[in-house]
Amino acid sequence: MTCKDFLKELTDYLDGAIDTRTRAELEEHLLWCHNCHVICDTTQKTIQIYRDAQPYELPESLRTRLQKAIMSKCKCVAPAKSKPKRKRARAKSK
Amino acid sequence: MNGLSTVKYMNPVSMEAIQSSRVEPGDELALVRAAKSGDISAFEQLVKRYDRNIFRLAQHITQNREDAEDVVQEAFLKAYTHLNGFQEQSKFYTWLVRIAVNESLMKLRRRRADKTVSLDQEIETEENSMPREVTDWRPNPEQEYRQAEMNQILAKTIGGLPGGFRTVFVLRDVEGLSTEETAEALQLSVPAVKSRLLRARLQLRERLNKYFKKPQEVEGKA
Repeated sequence: MTCKDFLKELTDYLDGAIDTRTRAELEEHLLWCHNCHVICDTTQKTIQIYRDAQPYELPESLRTRLQKAIMSKCKCVAPAKSKPKRKRARAKSK
Repeated sequence: MNGLSTVKYMNPVSMEAIQSSRVEPGDELALVRAAKSGDISAFEQLVKRYDRNIFRLAQHITQNREDAEDVVQEAFLKAYTHLNGFQEQSKFYTWLVRIAVNESLMKLRRRRADKTVSLDQEIETEENSMPREVTDWRPNPEQEYRQAEMNQILAKTIGGLPGGFRTVFVLRDVEGLSTEETAEALQLSVPAVKSRLLRARLQLRERLNKYFKKPQEVEGKA
């Protein structure tokens, strides 16, 4: 396995969406390739940091204001009726 | 290899597990059906359940707080008025995300009135996403920054990604949608989502390097 092959599979590897055989090949590659090991490790940390930090949190006061605004608008409109399903086109009459 | 034997990889986290722990699908569907039949308090519960996620998503895409506030309101209002058109073939949240992504892109288009903005904008070539700098990070580097400082770094870093990559990363890795749900919400193919996700993750890693890499590699190239 080359480093390019490793990178192609990196997303599935990190997501655990990979078959056992490919996973074993990737982990064997990681044993001797320092660069891929570092890329794999730091990419995983990147995901974890974003998942844990979530930089755009909604402050509670703004949240309450937005919820009130949404619900007062919703009360002024009714949900639109869904469009009826179209009937099958009739066979052409000759 | 230096210290490889001591490194333990975290178990890959199942995105589906995150998503399912947040919401019971049956519970969500019951609320949607109640809202469809006119129970506005059921819709209010859906708003309370998802408003934080939609705000985060909108702010990530628009990179603008006021626009994100507008998107939250418009997306929920649109979802409410078109609720009877929701066919229940996907999760309500995935459907809502699709509406919010479209509203966010409309905001961007209005702001850049002379440009067409789409998720395909600024998509770079594969070569541009290949790792250029391979340096190890300090252990727990995020703990060396104050929370506000860290949030600024993360917002700036993700803000620099092309929109198409950023949106996929946010839906998949921040909001915890599955690959299939992300594809459905963005109307992309599964391979396109995987490709963009890989590039987004690699580019973010590269951009975070300068804040997190080991000190000796800051001073002189190893």
